[in-house]
Amino acid sequence: MTTRVLIPSGALGLNYDPVALERGLAMKPDIIAIDGGSTDSGPAYLGRGVSKYSRASTKIEWQGLMEARAKAGVPLVIGTSGTCGTDSAVEWMLDITREIAANLGQSIKIAVLRCSQNPQDIGEFYANGLITPLPAAPDISRQSIEACNNIVALAGTEQIQAAIETGADIIIAGRTTDTAIIAALPIMQGESAGAAWHGAKIGECGALCATNPQSGVVIIEFDGDSFTVIPLADGAHASPHTVSAHMLYENSDPFILYEPGGYLDVTNAKYTAIDETRVRVTGSNWVPSDRYTVKLEGARGAGFQCVLITLLRDAHYVKNASTWANDIIEKCRDKVGARLGLDPNDYEIELRLMGKNASFGALETHTSKPHEIGVLAIVTAQSNEVAMEIGQFLNPYLLHQPLTRAEEQPTFAFPFSPAEISRGQTYEFCLNHVLELSDPMSAFSIQEVNIA
Amino acid sequence: MPKLGQIAEKIRSKNAGPFWLTVDIFCGTEAAYEKVVKGLTTHAVAETFGVNSQEIKRFDIADLNIVKLSLPRPHIQGSIFDPDMHGASWAALLAELPLNN
Repeated sequence: MTTRVLIPSGALGLNYDPVALERGLAMKPDIIAIDGGSTDSGPAYLGRGVSKYSRASTKIEWQGLMEARAKAGVPLVIGTSGTCGTDSAVEWMLDITREIAANLGQSIKIAVLRCSQNPQDIGEFYANGLITPLPAAPDISRQSIEACNNIVALAGTEQIQAAIETGADIIIAGRTTDTAIIAALPIMQGESAGAAWHGAKIGECGALCATNPQSGVVIIEFDGDSFTVIPLADGAHASPHTVSAHMLYENSDPFILYEPGGYLDVTNAKYTAIDETRVRVTGSNWVPSDRYTVKLEGARGAGFQCVLITLLRDAHYVKNASTWANDIIEKCRDKVGARLGLDPNDYEIELRLMGKNASFGALETHTSKPHEIGVLAIVTAQSNEVAMEIGQFLNPYLLHQPLTRAEEQPTFAFPFSPAEISRGQTYEFCLNHVLELSDPMSAFSIQEVNIA
Repeated sequence: MPKLGQIAEKIRSKNAGPFWLTVDIFCGTEAAYEKVVKGLTTHAVAETFGVNSQEIKRFDIADLNIVKLSLPRPHIQGSIFDPDMHGASWAALLAELPLNN
């Protein structure tokens, strides 16, 4: 049995090569699978339940894939819709799909896989011992779980397979593992689970496993115990090196990959070049686990932020920037205590010296002398009003604070008026845990939507 | 002493989820790989990133001439003191680390 999965790119919103996509369609894929998200852009998208990519870009690219699906007559699946895969992001993707279907006059059946979790339920599961931490997990409590704005569980192949089994033309999934949307159909069709998960990991970023990585489009052809990587754009070539090196990408362990229901072990995998473009992989091993667990992601509000930017160009101030910055923070904190009566632990003021050590802070080892420094002031407080108020306390210091009283009052360069910029609520990731399920579907739901 | 970035062909750092950072050192040649494996101690990497040696997962992959290091992120991704959402700049810090001969 052979199963071909066409992967247009590493994420919807990153664009794909339309010529390569046509080549992929000509190879008669069994499914088209694309990822719609990641945690890589930070906690705000999950905290707010919104997409990182623009709606217009998403719509144009999704329309191209909906047309490709109609031509190929095979299912189209998107995982982690709208960057974060919450129910709100799934709804956003469903709306876009409805608009496109109406424009194209397509009659389609959609399966919607929802992955959002009720924080109260997750709090109760925690109290019942069903939630366990992964390495480097933050400390959690029932209270901190229940304070999450959004929690999602990452679906695996079982949930995607249930959606495929509805006979849907299009599957709009909430949060899934990047690999599950690719591995689901091959496993369903009897390809070995080791090859399915390994091929899925290699293909999940599109052509990133080949040369010309931005071209996007690849086909992974699953064939029993092996799979073949076939990049489709001009100038895109896979080699044993590019393919095996992709196991390292954004992966803390290059040989073991944990997924719902088990783990993939590629320690004994063999990568063989078929020609200049295609690579065949054998020897991938899937090890099922005794317990069925799904990973949880959660984000919650971590205060409100106000930021200000000022520029130091005077050599005297550039040279003594750290002293200047520490003095401002101290004076400003005194003022916050005196005038707002806030506890020192209830807010943060940080001045990041860009051009000096803003990337690494205390870990910076370089000591070259910059000629100018950008000062990024970051205030974090428990409400937007207080953050902005503290920003207004900071403003005159960032504009005029002299290094010593003996100096003439300096004036630094503000690029903006007003200088205080509200960032609104900031968010933090607060779960790196797995939830044990007795039935893989018990944390997920599938809804069928027909568009006539 | 040569710096790691002068010996390796490319050094890449990325998030491996919000709580881990992973650094891939592409040595390019077997000779460079040998120099990196011998000259780069896990202890020095731990000091560079301000974490404990025991927390670092290290993979010396001779087949690919790659050394991979994974560690808990110096700051959890997106937390208020995190300077780099995507974690890619940390590679530059490691590139400047002197290698033992």
